[in-house]
Amino acid sequence: MTKTATEHQTACFHCGENCPTGAYRSGEKSFCCAGCRTVYELLNNNELNTYYNIEESPGSTQGNNGEAGRFEYLDDPAIAHRILDFKDDNKARITFSIPQMHCASCIWLLENLHRLSQAVLASRVSFLDKKLSVSFDPNRLRISALVELLASIGYEPEISLDFIDKKKSGDSRGNLHRKIGVTGFCFGNIMLFSFPEYFAPEGLLTSGFQQFFFYINALLALPILFYGAIDYFRSAIHGLRQRTINMDVPIALGISMLFIRSYYEILLLNSAGYLDSFAGLVFFLLLGKLFQKKTFDSLAFDRDYRSFFPLSTRTRRQGRERFIPVTELVVSDRILIRNRELIPADTVLIEGDARIDYAFVTGESDSVKKEVGDIIYAGGRQVGGTLELEVVKEVSQSYLTRLWNEAKPESQPGVDGSSVSSVNLANRISKHFTFAVLGIAAATLVFWWIVDSSIAVKAATAVLIVACPCALALSTPFTLGTVVRILGKSGLYLKNSRTVEELASVDNLVVDKTGTLTTVKQAEVEFAGKGLTTEEQSMVRSLVRQSSHPMSRKIHDRLDVPDNLVLSGFEEKTGSGISCQFGDKTVRIGSRKWTSHGEHSESSPAGTSRVYLSIDSKPHGWFLISAPLRPGMKAVMDSLRQDYSISLLSGDNNAEEKNFRQILGENAALHFEQSPHQKKEFVEHLRQQRAQVLMLGDGLNDGGALAAANVGMAVTEDISSFSPACDAILDAASFDRLHKMIILTRKSINVIKTSFGISFAYNIVGLSFAVSGLLSPLVSAILMPISSVSVVLFTTLSTNWLARKEGL
Amino acid sequence: MQVTFILIGASLLIAGGFLIAFIWASKKGQFKDMYTPSVRMLFDDKSPKSDNDENR
Repeated sequence: MTKTATEHQTACFHCGENCPTGAYRSGEKSFCCAGCRTVYELLNNNELNTYYNIEESPGSTQGNNGEAGRFEYLDDPAIAHRILDFKDDNKARITFSIPQMHCASCIWLLENLHRLSQAVLASRVSFLDKKLSVSFDPNRLRISALVELLASIGYEPEISLDFIDKKKSGDSRGNLHRKIGVTGFCFGNIMLFSFPEYFAPEGLLTSGFQQFFFYINALLALPILFYGAIDYFRSAIHGLRQRTINMDVPIALGISMLFIRSYYEILLLNSAGYLDSFAGLVFFLLLGKLFQKKTFDSLAFDRDYRSFFPLSTRTRRQGRERFIPVTELVVSDRILIRNRELIPADTVLIEGDARIDYAFVTGESDSVKKEVGDIIYAGGRQVGGTLELEVVKEVSQSYLTRLWNEAKPESQPGVDGSSVSSVNLANRISKHFTFAVLGIAAATLVFWWIVDSSIAVKAATAVLIVACPCALALSTPFTLGTVVRILGKSGLYLKNSRTVEELASVDNLVVDKTGTLTTVKQAEVEFAGKGLTTEEQSMVRSLVRQSSHPMSRKIHDRLDVPDNLVLSGFEEKTGSGISCQFGDKTVRIGSRKWTSHGEHSESSPAGTSRVYLSIDSKPHGWFLISAPLRPGMKAVMDSLRQDYSISLLSGDNNAEEKNFRQILGENAALHFEQSPHQKKEFVEHLRQQRAQVLMLGDGLNDGGALAAANVGMAVTEDISSFSPACDAILDAASFDRLHKMIILTRKSINVIKTSFGISFAYNIVGLSFAVSGLLSPLVSAILMPISSVSVVLFTTLSTNWLARKEGL
Repeated sequence: MQVTFILIGASLLIAGGFLIAFIWASKKGQFKDMYTPSVRMLFDDKSPKSDNDENR
């Protein structure tokens, strides 16, 4: 959202966007569009003006609001049952996800919904989750009306298949908090009751007390085993079933050994056991898990196709049109799809001029023309007029759904979210580690069986106990978690901590030009050619308003005339341009060919591109858009090219080859006029040559290439809107620090390796006690927490220190 | 010294009470949203309806 207002332009009172002069007014306030004015008037009439007093221009731009009736499917009892949190005769509660909320004004307005509708009983915002929970009277207000009310004030809830399915999953973080609470409670008390044992093994306490303490400890250990540590057992069993040995296997082994051995000693031998070590171990492990989870909360990356599918579609049944949920589509239903709508199921084209853009599925954003009778697969986006389609496969069996499920097995999250995949460096070691530990334990058992059978079992279990890879398991999440946090502060948001490891091993850099190396935001727009009349300017502005291409946005911002002319026959051809009719006039904006401009001799100055305009097939001139390089680009590229082989992929022509040759160096591969598909193939080709590729793109037409790369990084000016398939999001303002960030990820891998070394050293010390049969509870109680805490301290401090050294 | 047994039992009970209070609060969602209440308390509240209503 641009908040710049020049002398002749006023900022919209509602959303702060620039207004065309005198376009929309209400009283003394000016607005950028009819939508914003409507919201203002609605709020004004209901005495909700406070909304505008809390923050300046708090609203969001009102795009084209869809037509009435599009939420009607929500009133269907089956759907309502799934999305309502709670319902009885005169009260119902529902929770919406509202991504638009961004400031205190939003909170205030959304919590005052009851002033807009009598039937709303109360509404509560959870700002960090961007959730709104509304209690309302279902007899007086239908769900669809409630959603329409929210949409009418600019807070249309995000309702998708994903949203419905997520209802079922509970809140896992609260659960973890409770586990830590319970485990911490038991741990603290066990430590207190164990202290006498450390200082005065006998004598200080009468044996009555001693035994009492042992039994209390034994009781306190139960919740830890059966509540706090249960996930480790589940994950270990899950891993073993799939015939892999993950990090949780040795942990579960160590935990159960500690517990069994301690119970045995307390009940039969009347000695202290290792319950203090046991409790401490589980407590620290859970803390590590919490830390790891926290780093994932900031951004929700793990959207899948369900987040992008519409929830409902306009269906024609028995001659009547109505919206029904896509999950209820059955074979031979007729559905209607309009411009820019996504096709939800595999269908056959019945009627209409179909141009389907499959960018969402393949990354290939050229639209494909379809004839009547052709099959159109789910996931395509119609570009052009309305289509009538007949469903041939239900949503759950559609091509896209299967494609998605097959294509992404390796990135499926683990049993408990993402922790399984994110410790993969540790997991690689854990297999060897487990076998080594089991081997040493077996050798100890055999050795002592021959030498002194009385301590054989004791020594062997001590090996299993002391070798429990607590430090090993903690070092990876803490190091990577710290890195993810530091990078997030610096403006690079990673999907998960595994991306850190991927980023560290990158050796090839592929960059997109427009929007990535160059900035579109600060672009200057000049018109060269015949002067345009106000009416012509209006037509241009109304046309570019339909397109989300960055160039169109620039032209739209530049012109200062109303943009609300009625247009027809809008067409957008990616890579070429846009066109439409105003009455009998055809306006085309885009490439030279698209607008039938002839060749011209003089080339455009460096760092600029031209967007041509023709009206009724007559060349009219061009907009000269200069897109300057991002600040600091030269410096960061200079340092990056020392370490990486760099390739440039651009959809534009090679007019600027010289410039970029200078910036990227002699060895860089420069490829121009690349289609999105070619970009993707280029990255795939590099990967076949065993290159580790980091793809930097602006996410609009680089979707396929971003997904194909080891790390796909979307460079964006606005971090809250991004494309689906990427591993990382880089705030454009932080581009100059990219190299430092990558260096930090590399160094963090060294930190992990060093911490592995440290924990192995602890293990060797512990094991030497254990195999010689000397591991007393006191040694274990000291050694195990010290090893965990020191490893955590080491990784956290050294990572922070490295980051500071790099200036992040 | 025998009184220590009772004291220990009493202290564990009290501590356990706090533990249960924590679990209850956590289940009720008291720790779910740590930000919005800090903003909400600054609003001028004209209508008594929106506060004092149940939390979630």
